[in-house]
Amino acid sequence: MNEIWLMIGQRLLLGLLTLFIISVVIFGATELLPGDLARELLGQSATEETLAALREQLGLNDPAPLRYWNWLTGVLQGDFGVSMATKKPISELVGARLGNTLFLALYAAALSVPLSLLLGVLAALWRNSIFDRASNALALTAISFPEFFVAYILVLWLAQTGLFPSMVRITSATTTGDLLYSAFLPALTLTLVVTAHMMRMTRAAIINLLASPYIEMARLKGLSPMRVVLRHAVPNALAPIINVVALNLAYLITGVVVVEVVFVYPGLGQLMIDAVTNRDIAVVQAIALIFASAYVLLNLIADVLSTITNPRLMHRK
Amino acid sequence: MTNTKFPHGMTRRGLLKSGMAMTAAGLILPAGMARAQAEPKRGGVFRIGLGHGSTTDSYDPGLWEQLYVQTFAAARVNYLIEIAADGNLVPELAESWESADGMTWVFKIREGVSFHSGKPMTPDDVLASLNFHRGDASTSAVKPFFDPVTDIKVDGQNVVVTLNAANADFPYLMSDYHLPVLPSAEGKIDPNTSDGTGGYIVESYEPGVQATMNRNPNYWKADRAHFDQIIMLTILDPAARLNALMTGEVDLIDQVDPASIALLESRGVSKILSVSGNAHYVFPMDARAAPFSDNHVRLALKYAFDRQELVDKILAGHGSVSNDNPIGPANRYFYAEMEAKTYDPDKAKFHLKEAGMDKLEVTLSAANAAFSGAVDAAVLMSEKAAAAGITINVDRVPDDGYWDNVWMKKPFAASYWGGRPVEDQMFTTAYTSGAEWNESFWSNEAFDKLLVAARSELDDAKRREMYQEMQRLVSFEGSTIIPMYNNYVMAVANSVGTPEKISANWNLDGFRAVERWWFS
Repeated sequence: MNEIWLMIGQRLLLGLLTLFIISVVIFGATELLPGDLARELLGQSATEETLAALREQLGLNDPAPLRYWNWLTGVLQGDFGVSMATKKPISELVGARLGNTLFLALYAAALSVPLSLLLGVLAALWRNSIFDRASNALALTAISFPEFFVAYILVLWLAQTGLFPSMVRITSATTTGDLLYSAFLPALTLTLVVTAHMMRMTRAAIINLLASPYIEMARLKGLSPMRVVLRHAVPNALAPIINVVALNLAYLITGVVVVEVVFVYPGLGQLMIDAVTNRDIAVVQAIALIFASAYVLLNLIADVLSTITNPRLMHRK
Repeated sequence: MTNTKFPHGMTRRGLLKSGMAMTAAGLILPAGMARAQAEPKRGGVFRIGLGHGSTTDSYDPGLWEQLYVQTFAAARVNYLIEIAADGNLVPELAESWESADGMTWVFKIREGVSFHSGKPMTPDDVLASLNFHRGDASTSAVKPFFDPVTDIKVDGQNVVVTLNAANADFPYLMSDYHLPVLPSAEGKIDPNTSDGTGGYIVESYEPGVQATMNRNPNYWKADRAHFDQIIMLTILDPAARLNALMTGEVDLIDQVDPASIALLESRGVSKILSVSGNAHYVFPMDARAAPFSDNHVRLALKYAFDRQELVDKILAGHGSVSNDNPIGPANRYFYAEMEAKTYDPDKAKFHLKEAGMDKLEVTLSAANAAFSGAVDAAVLMSEKAAAAGITINVDRVPDDGYWDNVWMKKPFAASYWGGRPVEDQMFTTAYTSGAEWNESFWSNEAFDKLLVAARSELDDAKRREMYQEMQRLVSFEGSTIIPMYNNYVMAVANSVGTPEKISANWNLDGFRAVERWWFS
């Protein structure tokens, strides 16, 4: 068991190093954006005088390394700072949006992960059957359309007919039940977009194993095809499946801006776009860091899980 | 001059086709009367979906610059003066105003009005609210408007404003959306308060997402603010906005994409409101440097494209041709009789020759951030200009950072103006020598002199003449191509009632749809 903890520790340290490098990149990239916050805040109606006054007020005149240092030390103490544009604490701004984003990601994952695993296993089991071909074709079709297209099609079929709302409104009075109902279309869109990837990976991993000698042995013993797949093939195929699921989960958290826009879903992606167009750099940096952490963390979990499921990696020597 | 134009599909045939209950009498009535007008009724939850709004929006009136915050404000606060639908000034928090010489303006402040908090509104609140936009430390966008103001003071129930020169239009400034009356303490307002004297009280506000407001039970205007509740949503995606209206999630949307109008009408669940105002699209040319420093080059460009084509294709007919005139048909002194410029390649060639050229090659920078369809408009212009020997290279630039990196930086670019209710305000803001937002860097001594003279001229006939001469100067000597006035195109659910005349000074009935409209 010690090895596991050692590995987790190592990975965590590496993850932190990655995050540090990412923080430098994020800060550098936001410095490269043309224009500044004061200008964006005042818009077309900015005059040099008011710009200068506002820049001074916001502390935009400090040199870049100093601003980076102040930011990093703040983040390390769990303080993302204050949004320059709204003067609100960023944790407060991001908090609610992060909750919304996680809700949508989990909702979509709850639909898509079981669905794609089931389809993948069945497709492997009935390889080259009509079922295999049909599910492959459908999943690939769904992933080939851009997200917004899938979203608009769903709106046309399911929202304009009155079955589901075309947009999501979240207020303090919204119950989880309401939310599950009103967020169904965005979750379904995401499900359609990510299912193919996970399903194909599951199918490929299992089919790959089905050619190995020990599966042949199992078959020769006279086990049923279902038992061969579930008992013998799937446990060994878990590592690649876990990895692809983790990747897709990370995508569901970080890459759903388009779906958020179409369904007016108040998630993190929308907030980040807002912050970029308004040059609210502190918010951009915080969100970018959250997104990076989501990737690092999910990859870490995937690594650990795939190690645990693999006795050869668990018991080296 | 303000009028609500009837949209395309709502012709007689359209009305019949869409199966609306129309009697023969209804068909004979002029188009403007066809829309049944009921008396305003109280009640209902009015849900608005706007293509504006961002997480950085704030309560600070000095930073307001787009439709969401402007409309949100109109629901919460009041101004000293209101611009009525016909373009005239009517009292709001100022009961009356007067000036003997145009320099000293006395505003009599209404009594018996309270803020949402219950605090009575006093002339001191007015003073503090105006002073917020003055002074060196002010970050207000309208700070320059207050440059001519030398003093503001309270005198009993009056607020007295002294200017350094006469300005007959000064009361119009007091209707500006940046200048709400907010509660003050010790001579200062809190710019981040949600309090106001308006018809609705904020229940919750999440910038860039939504705002919920309930009717102010003690609202001092008896015949306004008809809804029980208003919900304002930010829906940036045009298709999502359309869907929201078609599926009944909202009752009003703004910025209807011209291409979708026919679709919306065919569904029959909503009606299009198309209001022609003073808003216009512009292509300023940098008059400081060649080739645009030569007026003949500028005139050649002005004759080298088809204005009607732009109105038809870019605005889908929801607009009208402009004669390079920033003063619109909704302005008092609009010069409608000015000699019109049509597409005339020969005339363009003539002006090129006068400028000593046979050929001209210019680059026009455009992005849809300037206005929806700016890039397409630039391409259309470039196609037509070729016949006059003018090559317009269209440089498509990114939306992001447009106002920073392109506008007033590139010599020839696209831009837009919301129009101004007063001629003086429009000209002062964008056409006087050295003005902060003089996009074309045009400088004309005769124009500058006329502008100052007209400001203090109190004889209406003479003023009209002066303003018309200024419009002619901008049109024929100016350095800004103004091809068209764009209508404000909105769509509302059939249940929404609107007044006969919808105000054209700004979008959404001068931002006041929230308090002027109702559910029928």
